[in-house]
Amino acid sequence: MQQIVNFILKNSNRLLFLLLLVISLSLTIQSHSYHKSKVISSANFFTGGIYERVNNINEYFNLKSQNEELAMENARLKSLLFNQKDTTKLPEIDSIKGVKKTDIIVSKVIHNSYSVFENYLTINNGSASGIKRNMGVINSAGIVGIVDKTSKNYATIISILNVKSQINAKIKKSNHFGSLVWNGKSTGFVQLIDVPRLAGVRKGDTIVTGGQSIIFPENIGIGTIDKVYIDDVTNYYTLDIKLFNDMTNLGHVYIIKNKDADEITKLENQNKKDE
Amino acid sequence: MNSALLGNIARFILLLFAQVLIFNRIDLFGFINPFPYILFVILFPVNGNKTGLLAASFFLGLLMDMFCNSGGVHAAACITLAYFRPAIFKFSFGLSYEYQTVKLNDVITPERFSFLLIAVVLHHSILFLLEVFKLSFLWEILWRTFLSTIFTLITCIIIIYIIKPSKR
Repeated sequence: MQQIVNFILKNSNRLLFLLLLVISLSLTIQSHSYHKSKVISSANFFTGGIYERVNNINEYFNLKSQNEELAMENARLKSLLFNQKDTTKLPEIDSIKGVKKTDIIVSKVIHNSYSVFENYLTINNGSASGIKRNMGVINSAGIVGIVDKTSKNYATIISILNVKSQINAKIKKSNHFGSLVWNGKSTGFVQLIDVPRLAGVRKGDTIVTGGQSIIFPENIGIGTIDKVYIDDVTNYYTLDIKLFNDMTNLGHVYIIKNKDADEITKLENQNKKDE
Repeated sequence: MNSALLGNIARFILLLFAQVLIFNRIDLFGFINPFPYILFVILFPVNGNKTGLLAASFFLGLLMDMFCNSGGVHAAACITLAYFRPAIFKFSFGLSYEYQTVKLNDVITPERFSFLLIAVVLHHSILFLLEVFKLSFLWEILWRTFLSTIFTLITCIIIIYIIKPSKR
């Protein structure tokens, strides 16, 4: 017993080091596996609060570009509105359920990272505004990412510039599907992989979200094809996509709330259980 | 004794906030950020409490991880640096470093520079290795570690010169 106590006293620093190392390594590994760690994220009130304060000041520096962006979007939406054949039909009513399928929450990016391989954004709305994990996030130009963790007033978003992110997308013209990933190289480009060779792809074609996931509605803009490769291993196309969005400069974003999401996931989970 | 403790706490807070609010936003060439917050670990008094340093650097790293959404990579890198600090001291300043009063925040001599260099390289290699954990990015990691090391080193030296106590 005496010897054990002596050993611990003598090596207290080494033991403490090993203990702390194990803790931090396990936190690291947890964060690498699909979202688990709760504490270590900028969605908590302390880090979120600081980011919000700083952003309140930073906002003033790009008010002009934000305003222009909003005006452009307003103009686009107005033109959609005026070109409708029957304006009374505007609030789209689902024939079966009588309510619209998606709801939109507006929020503001208070922290944006794009310089590492796993980039996250922090926004200043959280579970109190109805934001939950796995909701899609877009802005006026195109998609931004997917909600990861939420606290009461803040949430973190896995940016599309994150090597972990994988989003279903398609070529607008030909409806061929692929997965949208990021190779970690440039903030202006993402990659669409696993596009079948049958698909006729040409530089400049538009890529939009596919309708296969419950996270994003169909046909939200992502970018245009910039380069076409053929993957040597899988023999599928890999496309370099030039993003519509400037991911280094994000202001207001919209969170898409799919009202059927819960129902669909429940159904899918049940299917998995039955198998 | 107390003033040293207060100085450390002040340094902890100042460096953390400077890192989060200023240095994390530099993004030189799109991806290079310096990490001068490790000056806290480097400038900790040579004869200070080692257990305290370990604990403090763990919390410093953990707070950085919260701000960067990076799991535990900063914490791991910081405690490794804190733990191996005496060994680096021994390497850079010779065996009897504990008896001399080594003052780091002073004019940069070759010894001090080698200490800074080894400390920064150790911290950054662990940081970038853990950050990605994928061997397919090996060259990217080496390249980023290299560039960030240089950038951090320059920032650290500038900061040391700025906060250097004036000669009496």
